[in-house]
This record gives sequence, structure tokens and C-alpha cells, in this order.
Amino acid sequence: MQVEQISIFIENKSGRLAEVTRVLGEAGINIRALSLADTSDFGILRLIVNDREKANTVLKEKGFTVSKTEVVAVEVPDRPGGLSEILQSLDRESINVEYMYAFVERCGENAVIIFRFDDTEKAINALMRNGFNVLAGERLYSM
Amino acid sequence: MMFNEEFETLPRQALEALQLKRLKAMVERVYSSVPFYRQSLEAAGVKPGQINSLADIQRLPFTYKQDMRDSYPYGLFAVQMDDIVRIHASSGTTGKPTVVGYTQKDIDTWSELMARSFVAAGVHKGDIIHNSYGYGLFTGGLGAHYGAEKLGASVIPMSGGNTKKQIMIMKDFGSTVLTCTPSYSLYMAEAAREEGIDFRQLKLRVGIFGAEPWSDAMRGEIEAKLNLSAIDIYGLSEIMGPGVAIECQEAKQGLHIWEDHFIPEIIDPESGEVLPAGAKGELVITTITKEGIPLLRYRTRDITSITYEPCICGRSHARISRMSGRSDDMLIIRGVNVFPSQIESILMGIEGVEPHYLLIVDRKDNLDVLEVQVEVDEQLFSDEVKHLQALSHSIEKEIKDLLGVTSKVRLVEPRTITRSEGKAKRVIDNRKTDA
Repeated sequence: MQVEQISIFIENKSGRLAEVTRVLGEAGINIRALSLADTSDFGILRLIVNDREKANTVLKEKGFTVSKTEVVAVEVPDRPGGLSEILQSLDRESINVEYMYAFVERCGENAVIIFRFDDTEKAINALMRNGFNVLAGERLYSM
Repeated sequence: MMFNEEFETLPRQALEALQLKRLKAMVERVYSSVPFYRQSLEAAGVKPGQINSLADIQRLPFTYKQDMRDSYPYGLFAVQMDDIVRIHASSGTTGKPTVVGYTQKDIDTWSELMARSFVAAGVHKGDIIHNSYGYGLFTGGLGAHYGAEKLGASVIPMSGGNTKKQIMIMKDFGSTVLTCTPSYSLYMAEAAREEGIDFRQLKLRVGIFGAEPWSDAMRGEIEAKLNLSAIDIYGLSEIMGPGVAIECQEAKQGLHIWEDHFIPEIIDPESGEVLPAGAKGELVITTITKEGIPLLRYRTRDITSITYEPCICGRSHARISRMSGRSDDMLIIRGVNVFPSQIESILMGIEGVEPHYLLIVDRKDNLDVLEVQVEVDEQLFSDEVKHLQALSHSIEKEIKDLLGVTSKVRLVEPRTITRSEGKAKRVIDNRKTDA
């Protein structure tokens, strides 16, 4: 039920972010969701793309440091309080959220949030037990 | 004014006769007491009885820093540990320091030479000496300290750091002499300015600066900002500590090296050939009175020249010019010796990775700053910011703990650090120190 996210190390130099998106664009890769974590020294660009293997290959060719991370995609009712319900459930089960960001597309009536947990298995079980819908990677990449 | 006028003005002939007498005794001593020297002298085919003129010193083999590392910790000591009353250490490239030991006589000699140095710099018994050289394993703090006490001056053992407090004490205690690294003195000047204190209000008259190279231009800046006479001092722990050589305040034209205790030579670092007076080359020093860890023809790696011309101050001891660099890759950062290979072993110790790295040394606000650029490849990379930050911080901490140097780690993308065919260029030193 996991989703594979690509993480890219970005030095705090001008043009690096533009270069990443240019490379992906030229290779015909479609970005489905993205998040940029930044510090004063560097950034980490996290992406959900439609073709992970190709993205990995073209980025590495261009000399970028890339890694793959397991994240979880969860359907969230698209109304006030929707996200809060999920976070409160996770909190009750003492599950730690490392980071999260939103997905571009909706899933029917619902929004989709990408989560990174320190214990992915435990989190997926807890979410499902609490009645939340976890989306499989395969479904997500081509949404 | 001299601390030991008789010895400091010994006519050249008498001085050289004394040197020869002491050199012969020294070679005899190390031949019989230090296995390393027994071996190296025999390998060079030299017997103590063959040293009959000062020129014969050239028959002796050189001693290298590597020889000291190889005999870590006490392998080169010429006396029993029972006779060693002090142990100091300095940086070594393998993370292990080079260790030196002193007998009571060595400490007395060091104190005497440091006292001579103080007086040559214009310091006298009534002075209040503000000693901001680091106290500890490094020889700077205690070296200056014992010299000050030998002279009879009042020494304030400040060591480094806590600059605001230092300024306050300088003002309240009426310090008249300052001893520290030249860059730290400028840092202090800035700190004082921020406190609204003008150095003209302080009682400082003389500053004795060393442990790193500094130019005449910097001297001008220090004298203007600190309102004192700035004097250059030279030393190294392998030979003794601070006080091996000192500028005289009368001339400030070169540093007198105490020739009744050290025989200096200038050599071509590639061929080992001894060069004539006036020529620039590597300084080699033979200790002729040390008991604890005497060294024959020690290669200091410092580049300088020597002159035997008489000096207006009246001292007969030769002068070496101000240091103009090194013949190896050692860096001096805020007075601390750092070898790039030490940083390399620290980086390699992290998860067994061999990252490509670059050291960039700059001077900002009169203090040396060290940036360590590390390439982030797949092995080092983590998806979480906190892990990468923890990596940077742990490298900075290791460098601080093992080398005593503060650094800033900057993670960079792979292949941004230039590769080279031959020896990798690991250091970019942006500071300008031409004399």
C-alpha cells in the first residue's frame, strides 16, 4: 500500500530547482505532487511522478543525488476538519508524522494527502483500522 | 635592555665554539640514549666522534615529523619518564598528536628563553602580561606563562575565548602586554569597539603575536587599532614551544633565534642541500641543550631565510625572516595546526564513506573561518532534513573535538568539487599572508 516518492538533494545555488524540473520536463515525466523542504544550506525536493524509473535515471545522469522513499497516500474528506480527523487518529495511536503534503489530483470527492511516517506499516494499519482509505501507489502515479 | 646580556651578546666566535661543544655532546647523548637516533646515525654511517666542526652537522640525517608520529607517544624521549616533568602535544596527521616531554632543566631553559624574548620585545619586570594563548596541551599558553614568571612580570592566565570578559579584565587589571595570535588581537579590537572601549584608553604597550604567519600590513593594522608595538614571535612544540625566536623591538627586522640552544640551517626542501645566508628555504633546527626530546636537524616545514648580519639591538644571534609559508599542506587556523588529511580521516570515519571534500579557509572579521564542503552522494543522502543536518553537525563536532577547530559544513551536490588528475586540490586558502 506504500507509494514510492523520489527525493532529490538540491544545493542552495540559483538555478538548481529549475534544472531539475527542466530535466524531468524534457524526459516527459509528469509530476503528480511535490514538496520542497529547505534549510539555509540546502533543500530536499520530494516528488511523486508518473514514471519513477525514468525520473531516477535521467536525474542521476545529470549528476543529481536521488533516493527513493516510502510514503503513504490517504484520502481526506475535502471539508473543514477533514485533515484534523486523520491527524487526531494518528495521534491517539502515537504515530509520528515526519512530513506531509497535498496531491495535485482529487480522488472523487476527496483530497489526497501524502504522509511520511517513521513507521509506515504501523501507520497504514492504524489508518485502515480507523476507517480511512489508503491509496496504492500504482493507482496514484497515473491519476 | 636584555634578560641575559652575557649570552645574548656573545661574540660570534665564542657563540660558535659553544655551539660546537654542545652539538658534540648532544650527538653523543642521542646516539647512546635514543634507539631511533642510534639506528639513523649508524645507517648514515656517522659516529659521534666525527662531529668536529659546525659544518659536520650536515653529515647528520634529518628528522621528520613522521619520525615523531612513528614513535608515538614516548619513543623519542632521551630520558626516563621519571625525569619528565611536563608533557605537551600538537597536531599529527593521523589524528594522533606529536608528543613532547620536558625535564625540569628543559622547563628552566624554556622559561629563560621566553624571558629573553619578552625583554627583546620591550617587556620588563613591572609589566602586567595578559596571556591569551591557549593553555593546555598546546605549548603557547604555558610557554608564555612560565617566561613571564621567570622575568618577574605579573601574568594573567586568560587563555583564549570569552572575549568580552577579556576586554573588561584588560581595562580593569591594567594589562600592559598582550600575548595571543595576531588574528585574535584584531578580533579583540573589534569586540572592544562594540563595547565602546578605545584601545587608547587601555594601558597596553606591547603585543607579542605568533602561532600563525602574519604580514607587515597586518602589523600596521594591529598597531593602529590596539595602540601598541606589535612583535613577532616564533616557536614550535617539537623544538620547544614559543620563544625559539623573537623580533627585537629596536629593529623589528627579523627574529633572533637563540643560537646557544638551537642551531638553524636553511635547506632546499626538495634536495636537502644547505643554502647560504639570505636564501629562502626550509628552516631546519637542531636542539643542542634539550634533555627530554632532543632533535637533530628537524625539518620544520616553515619557509624563511637567515641573516648573520649584526643587528642594531646588539644581540649576536642570527635572525630568521618572518615566515612566508610552508613546504607542506598544513594549515594554521586561529593558531591551530590542521592537516587536510585529518579532516579526510574524520569524513571517512562516517559510515565508511569516502566523500569528496574541499576546505575553504577565509578570514572574516579578522578571524579565520573554515568551511568544509562535502559532496552528498547516494550513500550520504537522506530524505529527511534532520538527518542531513545531523550529519553536518556531527562532522562539525568531530572536527571540533579532535582538532579543536570550529568549522561550517556545507553539503554540496556530487561532482561539483573539481576532480584532478594528480594530487587532489583539497584546500582553497583565501587569506593573504605575504609578508
